[in-house]
Amino acid sequence: MSHETLNARRLLCPLPVIRTQDKVKTLQNGDILTVECTDPGVMQDIPAWCRINGHKVLETKADDGEYIIVLEVV
Amino acid sequence: MNQQRKAVALISGGLDSMLATQSILEQGIHVEGINFFTGFCVEGHTHAIRKQDADKPKRNNSLWVAEQLGIKLHIIDVIEEYKQVLLNPKHGYGANMNPCLDCKIFMVNKAKQWMAENGFDFIITGEVVGQRPMSQRKQTMPIVSAESGANDLLVRPLSAQNLPATLPEREDWISREKMFDFSGRSRKPQMALAKEYNFTDYAQPAGGCCFLTDAAYSKKLVDLWQARGNRDYELDDVMLLKVGRHIRPKPHFKVIIAREDGEARFLSGYKKEFISMNCASHRGPLALIDGTPTEEDLYLAGQITARYGQGREAEMVEVTLRNQQGEERNIQVKPLTAEQIPAAWFV
Repeated sequence: MSHETLNARRLLCPLPVIRTQDKVKTLQNGDILTVECTDPGVMQDIPAWCRINGHKVLETKADDGEYIIVLEVV
Repeated sequence: MNQQRKAVALISGGLDSMLATQSILEQGIHVEGINFFTGFCVEGHTHAIRKQDADKPKRNNSLWVAEQLGIKLHIIDVIEEYKQVLLNPKHGYGANMNPCLDCKIFMVNKAKQWMAENGFDFIITGEVVGQRPMSQRKQTMPIVSAESGANDLLVRPLSAQNLPATLPEREDWISREKMFDFSGRSRKPQMALAKEYNFTDYAQPAGGCCFLTDAAYSKKLVDLWQARGNRDYELDDVMLLKVGRHIRPKPHFKVIIAREDGEARFLSGYKKEFISMNCASHRGPLALIDGTPTEEDLYLAGQITARYGQGREAEMVEVTLRNQQGEERNIQVKPLTAEQIPAAWFV
């Protein structure tokens, strides 16, 4: 099981979702991905993408213009 | 046992593709959605940037639609490939820089490629005969089928009964009778069908889902091409045209001025690509300078920037100039008055 980080700062939705989608394709079930963003839209979009595709959102946090989403590939 | 047939649906996030997909799902077809990101999609970008819109929902409607329908959605980045569509549209532009017919042909062709690569059987769109002046006319819908290469694998469930039978209908994978005969610009049939399907919440985009249909945006894009002397563009160009006031005092440079904090935060991400400036002696906006300004031009850009800060009535304002390497220097400028900024400068 690996834990990777994706830098999606400065990208506006849906690009953070696309980058997340493309990164997840390279990961295995059980792997953890942390996505770091600056577009607040990701707080809706990445969890929605995870629900549609069956992945698990472990954590979301917003801190001073940064939005972090941690997900588990299922 | 019959083979489980699979369709890929072009999901824009609007009502029509949502209804078209639902009508095929109800016929027992496995459907997955596809959404293409050209860089010009309206989907919430500027809402996300602008602080004053912070209370508006920031959902991506294509993802939301897919979730309501219970289908997977594949969002595909086509920014690079789309350049050829925008720059050389075989069928020309609409009212603005919107190459709608070529765009539809491109997207259906991409869906056809995806269909072949993923073992799907046919394509669904939410197109309605006569709904849009360029890409959804009775004369142009066969052009989309033919030039995309999808031919009779392209099903338009909302108008199917007005169109020749497709292969999925002829092969009885789907029933023509369970599809519809919508036509024209009225939205009433869609509203009624939405009610029948219990869809109470759906996006109703005014003017479509593409910035290229917007006159003001198209004007900025044409201005960018004219100033550069060529029609190429990168994603950052496309994004920056959506943000801030764009003021071009001279052909070789323009000033992009943040209108509020959200835009300033977004523009600050470009400080390494552009000369930037902001008022030092008063509160004021961040501005980026695009082009090749001379020292005299930078003074003028400072005067314009100062005009939009709290020092606009002051005799002099101190402005910090910053180059792409982050080196700063301050200059004193006299803010321009509103009358000193001609309307023609506003892009």
